[in-house]
Amino acid sequence: MKTKASDYETSAMKVMEKLGQPLVEMEDWYCCGAVQSLTEDDIMHQIAPIRTMCCAQEQGEDEVVTLCDMCYNVLRQANDRMKDKEDDLETMNEFLDEDPDYEGGVEVYHLFHILKGMEDEIKDAVEMPLDDLVVAPYYGCMLLRPDNVAVDETEDPEIMEDMLELLGVKVLENPKRTECCGSYHTVNRSDIVEKRVEDIVSYAVEEGAEAIVLSCPLCQFNLDFHQRATDFDVPIFYITELMALAFGLDIDMKNHKIDPRSLLKEKGILE
Amino acid sequence: MTPDKAEDEGNEDVEMVEIFVMGKRYRVPKGLTIMTALEYAGYKFTRGCGCRGGFCGACSTVFRTEDEYKLKMDLACQTAVEDGMFLVQLPFMPAVRAMYDIEEVEPEEHDNILLDHYPEIARCVSCNTCTKACPQDIEVMDYVQAALRGDVERCADLSFDCIQCGLCSIRCPADIKHYHMAQMARRITGRYIHEHSDELEKRVQEIKNGEYDETMKEMVEMEIDKLKKTYEERDIREEG
Ligand code: SF4
Ligand code: SF4
Ligand code: FES
Repeated sequence: MKTKASDYETSAMKVMEKLGQPLVEMEDWYCCGAVQSLTEDDIMHQIAPIRTMCCAQEQGEDEVVTLCDMCYNVLRQANDRMKDKEDDLETMNEFLDEDPDYEGGVEVYHLFHILKGMEDEIKDAVEMPLDDLVVAPYYGCMLLRPDNVAVDETEDPEIMEDMLELLGVKVLENPKRTECCGSYHTVNRSDIVEKRVEDIVSYAVEEGAEAIVLSCPLCQFNLDFHQRATDFDVPIFYITELMALAFGLDIDMKNHKIDPRSLLKEKGILE
Repeated sequence: MTPDKAEDEGNEDVEMVEIFVMGKRYRVPKGLTIMTALEYAGYKFTRGCGCRGGFCGACSTVFRTEDEYKLKMDLACQTAVEDGMFLVQLPFMPAVRAMYDIEEVEPEEHDNILLDHYPEIARCVSCNTCTKACPQDIEVMDYVQAALRGDVERCADLSFDCIQCGLCSIRCPADIKHYHMAQMARRITGRYIHEHSDELEKRVQEIKNGEYDETMKEMVEMEIDKLKKTYEERDIREEG
């Protein structure tokens, strides 16, 4: 978020500011580890996400919002586990030792949860509807699985479509929107990721998509970067980038491997 | 040397404590540092001792006290012996260090230059064990986390007081080599982030020109008492 996905952070900050619900970065936070450990007796890998919950608690906050889908998934699952399993919370607090105990009072949200209740504000903020643009929404895994942390219906989500329609864009039906992008296999098995990307992007293009929209830095990286192994060059936007453009806000879109500017110029969205 | 040396010599008024060095029992005068107590007990340091003033980080020590299950870490030259202390001193830390050319690590030109050179920092589980081990009271976990998110300057600032003792790294379950990574952060900060200091450059040039060779020679040859006095009376001026 601070390096390869800074486009997401800056656009999200600007959009939320415009909507009158500014996001404030926590004074301190810890890397969540990116993958939730599902091992029953592995408390070690729950420490990092729970430390971030402790930071919020010590700052007097009881709500944490994440932009990244993976952070959301890990923080939410770890937090729920501490709330549901008293024994685990006790072990955790024993380990935290001299640091303050986690009391389990913090809730984890994804940006979508917050946007969900703000339809009217979003409609009002749109200065330039993106009428001409045809996009395919893409959720990937982390927003929807497992279903106890899903931001919407696991098999048939609509939350992103609803948001996009408020911006005026034409939203395609995309049955591949809940399929995996290959995720962390990008580290040492690009072949897997390339296959996934080919499959997801080719379907979207056949249906007429000019761009794909999502909310996860890793999905963005995979779909954007690994398209080089395919015949396509479809821009991959964070949803907050399209919101910023529709709200008439200035964003620099500097992390994109496939530069979205020519498409945006063609559509009259950028000059 | 017998454990009861002081008493043998009739120094009954000196309070003695009992310590165990690598399992062997000694009685040493209370109030000594671990380092001087070891010397009192007859050990001679050939490694694991440097400045004796808490600056060099050479004297890392692991110990535990009698009714405590936790292992503690500290600097032997800065920590007083306690009754019932079990201890060992660590002469050397064989930690890996990344090689790089300082001219090629401009942070702006890389996504995360510290992660590139020390990829293992991504294994941090935020257990905070490193912070608890640090004799300098540095927020070690926080500087690792700052490095992980690409904030070289924060990593450098938080680790500023690090004396490279290595205690954090022998405790870390993720096998991170904190202090070498943080040293790289400070070097990068000095080279690319902090403002350039003309005074520094001037002084380096003066040293290169040999302007201080004479003074250095005098100091090397100076009587110890005079040297101490000169040090205490030195003139400290603000920059600029
Ligand atoms: S950060 Fe590590 S190496 Fe540096 S002083 Fe603390 S324990 Fe020693
Ligand atoms: S000891 Fe290692 S794993 Fe634990 S917080 Fe420190 S760097 Fe992270
Ligand atoms: S001898 Fe230098 S820090 Fe202890």
